[in-house]
Amino acid sequence: MHLVLFFIFGGLCVAGALNLLFQRHPINAALSLIVVMSSLAVLYLLLGAEFLAAAQVIVYSGAIMVLFTFVIMLLNAGREDRTHGSKAAYLVGIPGAAALFATLVYIFLSYRTPLGDAGLGNYLVTTTDLSKVLFRDLLLPFEVTSVLILVAVLGAVVLARKEH
Amino acid sequence: MVPIYYYLILSAILFSIGVGAFLIKRNIISVFMSIELMLNAVNLTFVAFAHHWHQVSGQIFVFFVMVVAAAEAAVGLAIIIAIFRTRATLDVDRIDLMKL
Amino acid sequence: MTGSLNLWLIPLVPFAGFLVNGLIGRKLPKAFVSAIALIATIIPFAQVVKIWFQFSGLTLPYLENHGTWIWTGNFNANFTLALDQLSMVMLLIVTGVGFLIHIYSVGYMAHEEGYWRFFAYLNLFMFFMLTLVLSENFLLMFVGWEGVGLASYLLIGFYFLKDSAVKAGMKAFVVNRIGDFGFLIALFLLVAHFGTLSFGAIFSAVAQHPEWQGGFLTAVALFLVLGATGKSAQIPLYVWLPDAMEGPTPVSALIHAATMVTAGVYMVARTHPIFERSPLALSTVAFIGAITCFFAATMGLVQTDIKRVLAYSTVSQLGYMFLGCGVAAYSAGIFHLVTHAFFKALLFLAAGSVIHSLGGEQDMRVMGGLRKKIPITFWTMTMAVFAICGFPPFAGFFSKDEILYQAFIWPHGGKILWFIGWVTAGLTSFYMFRLWYLTFLGESRAQTHELAEQGAAVHARSDSKLVVEAEHTHGVHESPWVMLGPLVILAILSVIGGFIGVPAAMGRHDEIGHFLEPVLGSVPHAAGESSGLELGLSAAAVAIGLLGLLVVHFMYKVKPELPGKLATQFRGLYSLLLNKYWVDEIYGAVIVTPLLLFSRYILKALFDRGVIDGAGFAAGMTAQGFGAIVQRVQSGNIRSYAGWLAVGAAVLLIAVYFGFTSHFPPQ
Repeated sequence: MHLVLFFIFGGLCVAGALNLLFQRHPINAALSLIVVMSSLAVLYLLLGAEFLAAAQVIVYSGAIMVLFTFVIMLLNAGREDRTHGSKAAYLVGIPGAAALFATLVYIFLSYRTPLGDAGLGNYLVTTTDLSKVLFRDLLLPFEVTSVLILVAVLGAVVLARKEH
Repeated sequence: MVPIYYYLILSAILFSIGVGAFLIKRNIISVFMSIELMLNAVNLTFVAFAHHWHQVSGQIFVFFVMVVAAAEAAVGLAIIIAIFRTRATLDVDRIDLMKL
Repeated sequence: MTGSLNLWLIPLVPFAGFLVNGLIGRKLPKAFVSAIALIATIIPFAQVVKIWFQFSGLTLPYLENHGTWIWTGNFNANFTLALDQLSMVMLLIVTGVGFLIHIYSVGYMAHEEGYWRFFAYLNLFMFFMLTLVLSENFLLMFVGWEGVGLASYLLIGFYFLKDSAVKAGMKAFVVNRIGDFGFLIALFLLVAHFGTLSFGAIFSAVAQHPEWQGGFLTAVALFLVLGATGKSAQIPLYVWLPDAMEGPTPVSALIHAATMVTAGVYMVARTHPIFERSPLALSTVAFIGAITCFFAATMGLVQTDIKRVLAYSTVSQLGYMFLGCGVAAYSAGIFHLVTHAFFKALLFLAAGSVIHSLGGEQDMRVMGGLRKKIPITFWTMTMAVFAICGFPPFAGFFSKDEILYQAFIWPHGGKILWFIGWVTAGLTSFYMFRLWYLTFLGESRAQTHELAEQGAAVHARSDSKLVVEAEHTHGVHESPWVMLGPLVILAILSVIGGFIGVPAAMGRHDEIGHFLEPVLGSVPHAAGESSGLELGLSAAAVAIGLLGLLVVHFMYKVKPELPGKLATQFRGLYSLLLNKYWVDEIYGAVIVTPLLLFSRYILKALFDRGVIDGAGFAAGMTAQGFGAIVQRVQSGNIRSYAGWLAVGAAVLLIAVYFGFTSHFPPQ
């Protein structure tokens, strides 16, 4: 059951990602990314991170991707042409990405036995546990992130303002 | 029972697709979206390891990554809007003023 | 003895004078500048006199430590001042004669621009010389040693708008430096062997090891001799002293007659425990002294500039002092140093007075007949001339005879040394009386302005033309009393100064020899041993002095055309002497020119431009070339950046994993 769920939603993730890769129009890419986000939220639930799953849906799919969509619509981005702008990106980058992938897979496969299984309900993190850490041990970083968001808001407003 | 390394390999796949999309895409916004995809892949890895080691710090880290990604997305898109206003193009290859 | 002697005041008060005059003297009126300079000199003199009166109550050597200078693991050096009999004598000379010359300069330099500069440098010189004399270790002495060389350079080149003065100053400094190099090597050897540079420590170590003979002590001594020849103008490094006459006359009197040039002699006397262990070094000193003595005297025979004659005379007399030290009669050398300070300073100051009266004229060929016109100068200079020629009872007689006697009884070739010294005494008499005759006696030969201008001293005006002092064209007149006063005092000292060293053979007790005995050791013969020999030698010296006087009288008074005829007859010899044996030219051709060529063509062109600049240039070009290649990565294209990023990340990941996972083997 767990495995089935994993494969369904994992497959959805990969499909969405591949769609992102192959779609020409950015709005299609954005929508497929929303699919990826939501599937990832389910995967988080499977791993026992209920707060994060909710946050993923609310913040990522619900806010960030909506922002992306708004910007795409605002800028009226159209289909993109498939032309070659940079040789380095293909000649060096694609092998680099492949090497990265291969290495990661190799590493993960080498350690598959010590890592063991992720059983459903093996480890459940409630919001209480998370908030205990956030508001006690990591209070300062937490407050700092709020400052960070403030700065980002201000920055976004300033940068995107119309020049008079 | 799902072995944890399944999750890890899934995130590796997502990450590599993100890198590939970064390299291939011409539209700036698509490039940005691929960055978000990479971040999410990493989030998955963190949560998986948090589950393995039974520690909440993995999930805390994901929390912070989300916050930062949100801030970054906001500012980045604002910059893209600003660039679009001045250069009237969203083509990554046309925006190369930092050339030596 | 209660209370401190405050030795540190003695050098530091002139230094304060230097600072005040040097920094603000330009704005002060001349009276203030002179007042500061004179106060800065009389205070040390008063202090020294006060110490002199307390001298018998002191435990000697009296040391005054003013703190640590260098403190490393193996080597220490402190700011320690020391007082013993030898430094007492030197202090009296330096401060006393120095003070008199300062007074004299107030008059002599009254019309000069840069008055404040002169007195500032003069005070600076006093500071360094007093440091040299008072120091208790070689390092502090070296500070003074170098410093007096610096002050000498500054003062020789005082008329800095005149090319020859500037060159003379540089020559003095460079030649001194060569000597200082020798001194430094000696210091290094001392540190290597003794681990310290303190006189007390080194000399007591030497005294405790009577088996140390020759070897490294010879090396040290010979290098010290090199330093001394530089500072005291002996062969081979005497060439700077005649040129140093470009400086103002008080400078010649103070630095190049009374004090700085005697630093070499003082140093040899001070370090005599080292020289005692090396007969080779002692003989070197003696022979250098004797040969320089003779050599310089021959050059002084034909010079026409009054100051040049005195310069060669100084070199020659310094040779006597060296000779005295070289035959281990250190107190005799110091005694001659004292008397020489009196009469040589007097000679220079009187010459300065003559020059001043004639409005800047220095060429003896156009002097003459000044006896009636400047009587005080004449009589004081006469005292000095008799003193230097060694006529009794003037000062030079006793000191020179002591040296010649010690040379005669020296077992290693002493008779030759005596003979050279004896002949030189005759030559000394000749050129001094020649100077005396040409300057003061006979008829006045002062003629047209052309000859006058050739020899005129140039004053440091802002226009660098040679100008004879306008205000003195109204006739020859005596110098003001501020200049004559020191002359009179020095004349008195030249007459009576010898009485401190009358040997037992002549009835007294050689006070100065006994006074210096705790420091310099006793003279190698018992006083009064062979008084007959001593009296005989003295008589011989006086005889040859009188012979010189008679020859001069004959050549310049009885038959005045004789010198000219001799000059044309022995043209080669005359020209050799007149051109100073072409030593300067030889040095120039053999040493200076090759060095210059080497520097210019090999070091400059090849090494400097080729190797060093070339290396820098090559490094730059390499960086630039490499940079041009790497520049291609910066295309401005984000995608290419992303590509490089991906590769970099992959490489890093592989490196980290495969580099470190040997610690964590997979299961």
